[in-house]
Amino acid sequence: MEFDDVVVCRCEEVTMKEILSWVDRGYRNLDELKRVLRVGMGQCQGRGCRDIIMRELARATGEPMDKINPGTIRPPVKPVKLGLCAWGREDASG
Amino acid sequence: MSAVNERKTADAIIVGGGVHGASAAYCLAKSGVDVVLFEREYLSSGGSGRSAAGLRQHFGTEVNCRLAKYNLECFPTLEDELGGEHKLEFTQWGYLWIAYTDESKAQLEKNVALQQGLDIPSENLTPQEIKRRWPYIDVNRMIGGAFCARDGHINPHALTMAYGRAAQKLGARVRTYAPVERLLASGDRIKGVVAAGEEWSAPRVLLTAGPWSTPLAATVGVDLPVTPERHNLLVTEPIEPFECPMTLCLDDGAYFKQVPNGSFFFGRDDQDEPKVFESGNSAKFLEGVTKSVLQRIPSLKGVRVVHQWSGPYDVTPDHQAIIDWAPVEGLWINCGWSGHGLQFGPSGGRLAKEMFFGERTFADIRNFRLSRFAEGDLVIEPAFI
Repeated sequence: MEFDDVVVCRCEEVTMKEILSWVDRGYRNLDELKRVLRVGMGQCQGRGCRDIIMRELARATGEPMDKINPGTIRPPVKPVKLGLCAWGREDASG
Repeated sequence: MSAVNERKTADAIIVGGGVHGASAAYCLAKSGVDVVLFEREYLSSGGSGRSAAGLRQHFGTEVNCRLAKYNLECFPTLEDELGGEHKLEFTQWGYLWIAYTDESKAQLEKNVALQQGLDIPSENLTPQEIKRRWPYIDVNRMIGGAFCARDGHINPHALTMAYGRAAQKLGARVRTYAPVERLLASGDRIKGVVAAGEEWSAPRVLLTAGPWSTPLAATVGVDLPVTPERHNLLVTEPIEPFECPMTLCLDDGAYFKQVPNGSFFFGRDDQDEPKVFESGNSAKFLEGVTKSVLQRIPSLKGVRVVHQWSGPYDVTPDHQAIIDWAPVEGLWINCGWSGHGLQFGPSGGRLAKEMFFGERTFADIRNFRLSRFAEGDLVIEPAFI
């Protein structure tokens, strides 16, 4: 498989090629890429792709990894069923 | 960072890269105006990108209905018009307002009568009819509703960025990560701004900075009654799209809708939320909003929320925008949309251009004038969520 074809964000099915094309257009941090590609917005909330994208941003900008903004990490961090949020259990009547 | 020899002048400076600033940059650049836009972070990073991105014509004041109608005329062809680089994800799955009290039912009926008089295809619905059209909605205790099938959704980031990109292609300079620190006036005339530590001059400055407009206007002595108010949203994992319309309730301020990728958005008014610019998170939001919404669409109980976020409304006392020339000559303002501003991007840009050229505006925006607060002549927008 070519490097470009690697699916970096598996939740939203975004390839390396798509990510690099937006980095080339001047998108320089994870929050900006999220807003155009939805990377890191799926069920895993970036656990699978965040480090890989940050590495590519570090490479593109020449900055060390620890200077790359990792984007906002939002609660509830792990996916939670709506019913559990509402009632503390799976069913209103349960 | 700008180049050393860069010309730091323009015909017009726009302060704020939300949808109204970006749309104004596009409309002005299209008319040949030399414009520069300054944004503190990236385009759509403030209230625009944090909105629920609903597009509706259901308002309770004529000015908003007329402008909303124009917005909905623009959206179907806007992606192509702006170059097609950003996919706008425009859908028309409708807006359904539901009522549990006589008071809110009467308000919806009043709004629908106004809309129908302006040729907006809204209709009143009984709970039975709601049940028939959307069998997954629980109509228990519901006493009525209103629906407009032409209303819908758009991707708010893509919309804002598409306007910005189209403006750039027409020659506008769009400066991101360039916060405007203050406006500059000489006597009672605007003369420019200080952005990212540098002075820029222009005979006209447009302030489209949402709730941040208030502290910026104050730097030239203009008082705006616009305050920030934090509102929360949640988004679920995507499920098979079934075109669930935006469903809102004036009684408790809760709403939900499906978006084109299949995810659901839930939101809810909460008067206890802090009145701040910062987009923090409230843990109690999740419980309150899911309790409200799952009563109306219980089949979603097993769907997972993947994250919540928040953003600031820019609220005025009458929940109406301020679009007007300020007492400082050359300074004009478009802010204070009180939570329904994203969808008015097309109107905002057009009005900015008309005002710049001194043309008659395409709709009567008298209700949006700044002096109304001092005059005590407020016309409150009742369809406010």
